[in-house]
Amino acid sequence: MQKLSDRGINLLFQSGAILLALLFTTIVLVLSDAPPIEAYRNILIGSFSSWKQFSDVLVAWVPLLLATAGLLVTFTAGLWNIGIEGQITLGAIFCTGLLRLTLGGDVPPWMAISLSILAGMIGGALWAALAGVLKTFGGVNEIFGGLGLNFVATALTLWLIFGPWKRPGIGSMSGTEPFPMELWLPQIPGLRLSVWSILIAVIGIAIIYLLLQGTYFGLKLKAVGKNMRSAYILGIPTTRYMMSSFLICGLFAGLAGSIQVVAVYHRLIPSISSGYGYLGLLVAMLVNYQALWSIPVSLFFAALNIGSIQLPIVLKLDSALAGVLQGSLVLFVLIMQGARSRFTKRLLR
Amino acid sequence: MTGISILIGLAGIITAAAPIVFATIGETITERAGVINLSVNGTIILTAMVGFATAVTTGSTLLGFLAGMLVGGLVSLIIAFSSITLKQSQVAVGFVLALLCRDLAYFLGNPFMGLSGPRLSNFHIPLLKDIPLLGVLFFRQDVMTYLSILLIFAAWIWIFRTRPGLMLQGIGERPAAAFVRGANVNLMRYVYTVIGGALVGLAGPVYSLSVKAGWKGTISGLDGIGWIALAITIFGGWNPLRAAFGAYLFALLQWAGLVLQPSLPNIPSQVLQVAPFPLMILALLLVNIGNTEWIERTLAGLPEDVRRLIAKILRSLRASPPASLGVPFEQD
Repeated sequence: MQKLSDRGINLLFQSGAILLALLFTTIVLVLSDAPPIEAYRNILIGSFSSWKQFSDVLVAWVPLLLATAGLLVTFTAGLWNIGIEGQITLGAIFCTGLLRLTLGGDVPPWMAISLSILAGMIGGALWAALAGVLKTFGGVNEIFGGLGLNFVATALTLWLIFGPWKRPGIGSMSGTEPFPMELWLPQIPGLRLSVWSILIAVIGIAIIYLLLQGTYFGLKLKAVGKNMRSAYILGIPTTRYMMSSFLICGLFAGLAGSIQVVAVYHRLIPSISSGYGYLGLLVAMLVNYQALWSIPVSLFFAALNIGSIQLPIVLKLDSALAGVLQGSLVLFVLIMQGARSRFTKRLLR
Repeated sequence: MTGISILIGLAGIITAAAPIVFATIGETITERAGVINLSVNGTIILTAMVGFATAVTTGSTLLGFLAGMLVGGLVSLIIAFSSITLKQSQVAVGFVLALLCRDLAYFLGNPFMGLSGPRLSNFHIPLLKDIPLLGVLFFRQDVMTYLSILLIFAAWIWIFRTRPGLMLQGIGERPAAAFVRGANVNLMRYVYTVIGGALVGLAGPVYSLSVKAGWKGTISGLDGIGWIALAITIFGGWNPLRAAFGAYLFALLQWAGLVLQPSLPNIPSQVLQVAPFPLMILALLLVNIGNTEWIERTLAGLPEDVRRLIAKILRSLRASPPASLGVPFEQD
């Protein structure tokens, strides 16, 4: 065993984690009297069988990747930005608000769309700043401040949908009045996918990769995350760095929310964040905070989400199966990480 | 509103707070030992489903509650194992479990959706039920509500008035000192994490068999309660009495939201239901702000009597976590 390289041991434990997650999910399927192979096959069919299905996966991939990109920054600073769900929501609200302002005016559509995306980014950053101020100046743990703000953001959305922004007649859970097509991000004919949003996601993750790997800022942020006290003693203004990481994450979350409005739903709906913030937290944990790995992993997670949509129709199973597989995967990876360091420690003794 | 309807409303608050009391007291015990169980939200949803499914299948509510405790204990055992034995981040594992348990509940609970099942009946305590006011308020409840009230005092006495409770405080504050005193720190952390988790696991069945009887999948209205319970644990300053106060306050606010609803027709009901959340943030702010450095610095510049007054107010609100909360202990 000692001849195995570090990399080999790593790979062994990681594939072990994947196998355990699959085993666990299969047991869950068997427990609920469902045919496991059939269920997995349907998830694959639902996400990869045609261009249309795969384009839906990409539609889900964009906001997930953007949320993950933002979270990589807060994680680097050692912060648990659970408030990201609310930040996505506020992005969507600000974006919708600006688009509504341009309705009826003579703003060129490309400008209205660009401005609304920008507004969404600002909205997300503001909501993140709130969590950041609560953390740095109020001593409120970012997990609880963020969670509270998530619920407030949801309430704000519902209030807008049923109150000031309600559809002509009566407000409904289906959301606000859809925007006219010229205010949509241009889509590929016949698909729900927009090339622009893919482009935005790819540029976004590239920026984060460069920021964290290639700049002085990223290095200092890492120092803050690894050991705040030493970073402070070394002269890094830790409060300012933590606030910056919240703001950057908020910008990306707001961008994800804007994309949900201008490229996917074309209106504000009650659950506009679609849980991509929480899912992004799982992805960021799974890739161990390495930006480039988050690209394929978030694609895989998006595929699971989209593929499981047809489970209720075909097999009468709940689509929460995707969450079971995603959650157990991260759980077993964490457990195997711990098991590996115990194992290697024992070898060294 | 007449006097009697207010009284019945208040009695309803005590019932509605029972699951939150179980969850916050359970979490308080776990965190006192130095371990954070962040999975509470998922645990409550999963145990609500499991408790309901068990009660429907067996026809016994008692087995439903036991199943809830078992599942809650198992989930917290995973947290104990991965954080104490494998030294992984408690926050990471807890958060993953919060999501995983929720999705497991929705997936496995699918066949039980909307079924009618047994529910806990009220048990009027003879003699006591006839006391004016107090009778309606406290003694015409169900068994779990009585247990929730007893638990508050039992937990307080255990933590603050017994020798093992003193040791419990020790392993959360200064595990090294407790270890020298002969405590098996990691074993005790295991034990208290699982006990706390089992208590959290009671909260779910109390919902699905009494407070919000039944299982309705994603629209059961349970998503979010666990996060509230975690916040109340902090608000409660890791003291069962103060935590229980927080739980009742929260239930009171939710009830007030429901009562006020008809007089505020322009506000959708969902908005009033989240009213406690901004207040929760405010409460956490008040509890924590006294611990921050800039407040101390600002206070130092104020005139003596003003400074004293503010410091006094902040100190009475302040709560500090057990010093070793979330920090693993290396026994050798």
